[in-house]
Order: sequence, then C-alpha cells, then structure tokens
Amino acid sequence: MLVIICPNCGPRNDNEFSFGGEVIPRPSVDTDPATWRRYLYMRTNTSGWQSERWFHVSGCRRFLNIERHNVTNEIRMVTDVGGNNDA
Amino acid sequence: MRDHRLDPQPGELIDRSETVSFTWNGRRLEGLEGDTIASALAANGVRVLSRSFKLHRRRGLLTATYHDPNAMVQVGDEPNVRAAHLNVSEGMEVSAQNVWPALSFDVKAANQLVSRLLPPGFYYKTFMAPRRLWPWYQRVLGRFVAGGVVNPEHQGGEYDHRFAHPDVLVAGSGPTGMAASLAAAEAGASVILVEEEPALGGHIRFGDDSDLGALADLRAAIEGQPLIEVMTDAVVAGRYDHNWVSVVQRDMAHVEERLVLARVKTLVVAAGTLERPYVFRGNDLPGVMLSTAVRRLINLYAVKPGDRAVVLTANQSGDAAITDLERAGVEIAAVLDARTGETVVEATGRKGVKTVVDSNGRRIDADLLVTAIGWTTPTALLNMAGDRPVYHSGAARFLPSSLPTNVLAAGGMVGDGTTDQLVEHGTAVGHEAAVRAEAVKATWRGGAPEATPRDIKGLDVEDHPELYRSTTHGFVDFSEDVTSEDLFSAAAEGYDSMELAKRYTTAGMGPVQGKVEAVNALAVHGEAVGTSLLETSTTTWRPPYAPIRLGTLAGQYHDPVRYSPIHPWHESHNARPLIAGQWIRPDHYGDPQAEVGAVRSSVGIIDVSPLGKIDLRGADVPRLLEFVYVNKWSKLEIGKVRYGMMCAEDGVIMDDGVTGRLSPDRYMMSTTSGGAGVVWNWLDDWLQTSFPEWDVKMTAVSDGYASINVAGPNSRELVSRLTDIDLDPHQFGYMEVRTGTVARIADCFLWRIGFTGELSYEIHVPANHGLEVWESLLEEGQDLEVRPFGVEAQRIMRLEKGHFIVGQDTDGLTQGFGFGIDWAIKMDKPDFSGKPELAWQKQRGDYPRLVAVQTDDPSIVPPEASQIIDREAGIVGRITSSRMSPTLDRSVCLAQVAHNRAAAGEKLDIRLPNGTTVPATVMEHLAHFDPEGTRLRV
Repeated sequence: MLVIICPNCGPRNDNEFSFGGEVIPRPSVDTDPATWRRYLYMRTNTSGWQSERWFHVSGCRRFLNIERHNVTNEIRMVTDVGGNNDA
Repeated sequence: MRDHRLDPQPGELIDRSETVSFTWNGRRLEGLEGDTIASALAANGVRVLSRSFKLHRRRGLLTATYHDPNAMVQVGDEPNVRAAHLNVSEGMEVSAQNVWPALSFDVKAANQLVSRLLPPGFYYKTFMAPRRLWPWYQRVLGRFVAGGVVNPEHQGGEYDHRFAHPDVLVAGSGPTGMAASLAAAEAGASVILVEEEPALGGHIRFGDDSDLGALADLRAAIEGQPLIEVMTDAVVAGRYDHNWVSVVQRDMAHVEERLVLARVKTLVVAAGTLERPYVFRGNDLPGVMLSTAVRRLINLYAVKPGDRAVVLTANQSGDAAITDLERAGVEIAAVLDARTGETVVEATGRKGVKTVVDSNGRRIDADLLVTAIGWTTPTALLNMAGDRPVYHSGAARFLPSSLPTNVLAAGGMVGDGTTDQLVEHGTAVGHEAAVRAEAVKATWRGGAPEATPRDIKGLDVEDHPELYRSTTHGFVDFSEDVTSEDLFSAAAEGYDSMELAKRYTTAGMGPVQGKVEAVNALAVHGEAVGTSLLETSTTTWRPPYAPIRLGTLAGQYHDPVRYSPIHPWHESHNARPLIAGQWIRPDHYGDPQAEVGAVRSSVGIIDVSPLGKIDLRGADVPRLLEFVYVNKWSKLEIGKVRYGMMCAEDGVIMDDGVTGRLSPDRYMMSTTSGGAGVVWNWLDDWLQTSFPEWDVKMTAVSDGYASINVAGPNSRELVSRLTDIDLDPHQFGYMEVRTGTVARIADCFLWRIGFTGELSYEIHVPANHGLEVWESLLEEGQDLEVRPFGVEAQRIMRLEKGHFIVGQDTDGLTQGFGFGIDWAIKMDKPDFSGKPELAWQKQRGDYPRLVAVQTDDPSIVPPEASQIIDREAGIVGRITSSRMSPTLDRSVCLAQVAHNRAAAGEKLDIRLPNGTTVPATVMEHLAHFDPEGTRLRV
C-alpha cells in the first residue's frame, strides 16, 4: 500500500484513492477511429516515471496529477489538477 | 514415562508444577505447561512425528522450530499445526497426519521400495495420457496427498485486523533486535518489536550463563520502555511498498489470529540466521538433528534428545551443542570436526539413527546425530524490499547487497559477533532507524528531511567452511521428499536453471517454502550442472514469510450497509429484503403481483430513496448536461424535467435518469441507485480535469432526500391531499417538476414521471421526514386502498411498459443506439461524451436492438439470459428481462436481438435451460402495455 501525500489532506494510504491511470489527452471528437481508440485503449505502459491521475475519492474528492515510478513505486510529485499545490 | 526429562535447566520455559495431559494418536501422555507439542512428545520418548510426503518415510524433529519440515501434526479439527511451535494444552488431541493406517505401520511406505519409479517429474510423465484416464488418476493421486484432515463442519473462529503506525518496526528479538528497539525508543521513536517465538531473546535463550544474564537485562530494559510495544508469537509476514508491513499475531486472547497492518517509517530486519541441514545418505532419519534443535530441547524444555550422540560441527553452535549434550548426560560417541575435513557419509537405521558412518570409514553406534554445518540468512523481508542478496563464500551464506533507506538489516543478517558485539551493532542500527523515521515524517509534513541517511558500520563476517553435501546423496527438501539425486537427475534431463529444476522437482515448494532447503538446493543443483549457482544466483523469498490463515486475511466484515430513512417501516411490515449493492431494499411485502394490481387500478407507493440525486447550481450547468448526456439540455425550461442517457467515451450506456430545472440556476439530477457514486465521480472528473473554468457547483444529495414514488390513476388524488402544490394537469404536466410542501414538510420537490407506466409523482423530502411522509401517504390514502409496493412490482411494471434498466437490459458492450431512444441521441451537438463512437455505431448499423418479445405460449416465462437461437446463424440474441405480467396475464420479455431479427413480427426461437426451444414473436413496440402512453398523460 502506497502513501500518497495529498496536497489537500496530507499523507494517506492509497486505498483512499482511485487510480485513473496514465494521463491521456482527449482528442477532438472529429478525429478518426484509430486516434480515438488509441485514446480509449492504448497506454504507453512506460517502465519508469509516469504522469498519472489519481482521485482522492475518500478524501478531498480532488483529482491529482502524480508522478510515480511504476517499477519502484516512488512518488516524486503530487499536485491538484486545479492548481492547489500548497504541499 | 518421564525418562527423557532432565533436571531443571537455567533457561527453561516449562513450569514443572503444572502438568498438562494430552493425547498422541489416541494415547494419553503428559507434558508440562510451557512445552511445545514436539518437546512434550520428545520428553515422552516419541521420536517419529510423521511420515514424509511422497515416500512415507519416518520423520522426527529436525530444526525444532516453527519451520520444522516434518513436525506438522493434526490438532483436533486443525491440520498442519506446527508441533515445535504450538504449546501443548490440557486435553489437546494430537495425531500424526499423512499416515494410513498408522504412524508405526504405514502402507504407503511401500513407496520407498519403488522410489526409483518415483523420479522427479513422475506425475508429469506418468499421468499425462491417455486423457480419458485423468479422472481415475485424480482419484488415486488424491489418496496420496499429504497433509491433515480438514473437518468440513468446522466452525471458523473470529479474526481481527489492526492498523499500526510505529516509527520503527523491528523484526526479530535476538540481542540485536532488542538493542535496536531500545536505542530507537531512547531516540524518541515509537517501536513495535516482533518475535516469532513465544518469548524475546532469539538464540541467546539457549546460550550460556553470560548470555542468559544479558537476556535478562535486555528484557528488563524493554519492559521499562513505554515506547516499545512487544509482539511475541507474531511474525512479520510481508513488507510491501512504502514500508507497509503485515504482522500476524498468533497468541491473541479473543481471536484466532490478528493481522496488524503497519505503516512503518523505518523497518529493522534483525531476523538472525536459520541453521541449515546437511545432505548425506540417511539425513532424514529420526535422530538426525540440527545443533540448535538439540540446544533448544535441552535448554528450553529440559529434554534429553538421545542417549549416544555423534556431533558433526563446523562452528560454535556445534561446539556449544557438545557442551549441552554432555551436561544433559548424553554420551558423546564421536565428534567430527568439519573444520578439519571430517564429515558424515551415512546414517543408517530402520526406525531412527542406529549407526553413523564417518569419512574415515568408521561405523559408530549412536541414536543421535547432531549437525552444525552452517547458516541460511532469512532474507525474505529484504527480498521484499527489493534486495538481491549476494553469496559470500567466506561466510558460506548470503548477505544483503543494497537496501532502500527505510529498511535496515542488522545482526546475523549482515555478519557475526559475540552477544556484546551484536548488542552494540543493534544499538547503532536502532538509533539510525529512529533518525531515518524522523526524516520520513518530515517529508510527510511537506518539509525536507533534516538528516541524510548515515551508513552503519557492519559486523565482521567470520569464516565458515562451505558445507552443503557430503559424498553421498540425501534429502534436500524434507517437505517434498526431494533428494540431491533428484536434482542431479533433473540437471541430467536438461533442467539446468534452478528456476526450472525447482518447478520440475518441487524442491522448495513445500510448506517450509525454502527456509530449510533453498540454499542446499541451489548448492546441490550447482554441483550437478557444474557451476556455482550460489555465486551467480540469489535467493528470492516472496510474501508471506509464514503461513497466514484465510480468516486472518479476511478479518472482520466491515462493509457498510445502507438503509433508507423509511426502512424501520418496511421491517415492521414484513418486507422481504433485497440486497442491491450496499442498499437493503424491500423486494415486496408478500405478494408482488397484487402490488402491481393495486398500482394499475388505484394507487401504490414505493420507497425509491436509494436513487442518486445530485444538486447542480451555476451558470454552466446546461453545458455540463449537454456534455454528459447524449441528448439536448440547453433549452430546458424552469419547472421541466427531461429523461437523459449517459454514455461513456466508448459509447457504452453507463447510466440514465431524469434531470429537472428547479429554478434559473438550480438543477437536480437523478441517477440509477447503483450508478449514484459512479456518476458523481465521473462528473467530478470532467469538471475538475477538463472544464475547470465552468461555473458548476455540484453537491451529492442522495442521502439528503428520502424519495417516494406515488404511482397509479389515483396518485394525483392522494398527493393533492398532502401538498400545497397545484397538481392540476394544466399547471403540473407530465415531465415537470415543482417545489413545495408535502405533509407540511417544507423544501420538497416533486417530479411527474412514469417509470411504472402510470400517472405518478416522485416526492423527494428532506431525509429526516421521509418516514413521516410515507406514513402520512398511507394514512391519507386509506379510502383509495393505497398499498406499498416493492422493487419486484416496480420491475414488473416497467417491463410491461418496456422501460429498460441499465445493467439489466444493457451490458458492458451496449452502445447508445438500438435501445428505443435513438431520437434522443443528438449527433448535431458539437461535443459530448462518447460522440465519435456513437457516430460510428450508427454508421455500422449492425448493432443489437432492444425489442419486446412475447412467447407464443403465454404461460412460459423464459428465464433471463435464455439464448435466442437460429439453426443457421447460431445465437442471435438473449432475453434480458422476463416476468409474468399480472396486467396482461401473460409472460412478457425484453430481449437484445441481432439487427436483422428485430423487425416487428419476426419469429424467434428461445432456448430454455432445459434444452427445449419455445417459439416467440418480436412485438411492434417496446411497451407491452399502453404503448401510446395515455395513462401517463392524464
């Protein structure tokens, strides 16, 4: 179980959060099927540092951008998507 | 029968004033309070504890610890009890497992005679073909499965979980672990000290007088240190990311076991070393024991382990065993000093050791053979922290290589030393652990760590001869009956990697999980393939370190259960409960068909409080609605409600419900009961991550309102008696919303919708008044014969009306088109969730359609999920909902069918679970009843 230092709530266990996966920008809705389905289904699946999204669903209910090393599970940055980055 | 019990020993754990009587295979025996099952049996002269797994050889004590491979017994209902760990108690029924018909005479011991026919991979080679014989093979093999007997009637006990937040957790309470705990606590850290055995001390418990003196001092200091919490008879089972550490506590008073989940700032691993057995012919005979096993028996339990001993020693533990044996009155027949090249070649005997053959060819009569040939570092917790231990040939054991800063290894894990040196080392490690814990906490507080990790001077590593196998073959894995010969033959068959050989021979896969045999297996297999695997490999131990019961993992049941504010009424009126996710809802009150009749003929009320309700305010709410629903919302007038369907980005229907505009800037969205949380989170996702600039204030108010649907032709009459809202159909039409009072309760809102197909008002009242309004409705409607109805009646009525339920009639692949609301999907909107997929779905046109289906025989109700089949095309659809309709007095269904079989009048064949096929017809409308909707618009 990871410790995620929420910028709003402080250090919390990861089971308070839901995992949103790699951050993938949404393409225009006028795009072709291949591009849209890359957005839906394809992930880079980096081995190393990854920018991902977590939702502090059992806490402040804010969406967070997190940089996590998905081999060591080290976390080096946690920011609120809304820019509340006091911590 | 006490001839094996010695005079009092200085460090003994037994209480000689308390006799405990127990049975062994039905025979009554006596032990002493403080005895383990194994020590009590040894005191009674019992040497054979079990028969081995494959060859059914007699086996006795080897390590005399929890991890003794063949000291597993049945205790009452419980199989696989560790006899050298669990204390014996009054009346305990202990029996040998894996024997038939008896321990002394075991039929399957004949396996020994054919052991040549049971080579490694025997099962894979023999029971492969022909496939049709597999059920027979399975039955035969089933009889040979090792282990005890599980009583299916056994009533499980209580198990518990606890969360802990120590600064430092120390695994192992030898002198190093105790000193580390004290030093960390003195530096201000809160400490949990975990010991697998029932008492603190580790190996110095069976040491000399000065060790016992040091032990007493350390124990006293720990007792006087309030910052240290001691857990004995507990084991650190695993270390996970960010130092999440699980501890199994076994000696709990009120529960069978407790799982402690600890967030540890610094983990100190001071697990000491495990003594390793030696591989030679006859090394599994009862009477062949490790030096620490005999020292435990003599010093902790005052049991004489034999009469005449041969000792093979390569270290101080072997030497100390000689001293202990002499003090215990055991005759030392010979000492073989492995440091000078002497060794054991073979032990022989039928029921136990009788003769030992040494490397000089001497045959020595003895009933005890003690070996002290080296140590295994139990690196499990270090492995779990990412370490790859490296073999140190000088020390003949693995040592840690690199660890994260929040894990420290100490004591025997890293080197050797006297008790004083271990204490000194533990003190330094414990202090550093406290400093590092403080640094972790500083980071958590959002600051920078105040100190950088400091290296602790390690212990010196003493030279130790590398001893794994003698010149003969013997057992490597005592749990799985794998010999060195088996590993050689696996190598000869081409299994040159240990990982493959392990799986092929099953070495290391038994209950001991490598603690006793892993390093020997690596050494022997390396010998067989001609390269030192010790030098090139590492040992990888995965969690859990020791077995955990399933009940312990599960703990107590803590899932929340949700009740509506009207629940007490349902309970007192015999509602049959329906479990719907977390909610407990009334399924019906005895007769769902009659409940339908009441609604269709007059009026009924249903508690729909679990419906999701989301209060939306702000100028940009219409933009949000336009985006999350497939239909149009920009022109929703004040006082109107509209049905909406939500599709995810893959076009799959995720939820539906109605949303109403209560005032210029205030909207109320409803979701399905099951989708309430999902939709709430999903809206938050869009608002926070994609449209942060929108002016939308969202509040989930599902629990804030109790919701009651009043349905039936007399619903207007009933509601009008309780509300100040004008219900005149010209003032309050179908698909409209009004706010006002109900039963004098203010701040209610009502919307006029029709899930059941009847004129109906859904009343939402502040939750604490829900029960009151429910009772008022029943009271005021007595003359109208108002009747409560449950979820089942509602489901029947919505099916008669052809309204689908998301998740019931749709599935994880159901996209928006084809469900009777194609008109609502507005592809001319610039953007909304799932739009591109819906456009492509429409283009393809080959998607399944939701249709109403009626069986030609009106009395047959095809079960939900019955397939619709076609002789040529195979499966062309399935029944998604089906009920007997009391209104139409016939069966009614909804079904998903292939696009080319969905036309009205199409004949379908429905395959029932009993294999018969019934004919059915696709109907013109989704609604079986009142397709024009005249009953809704009165």
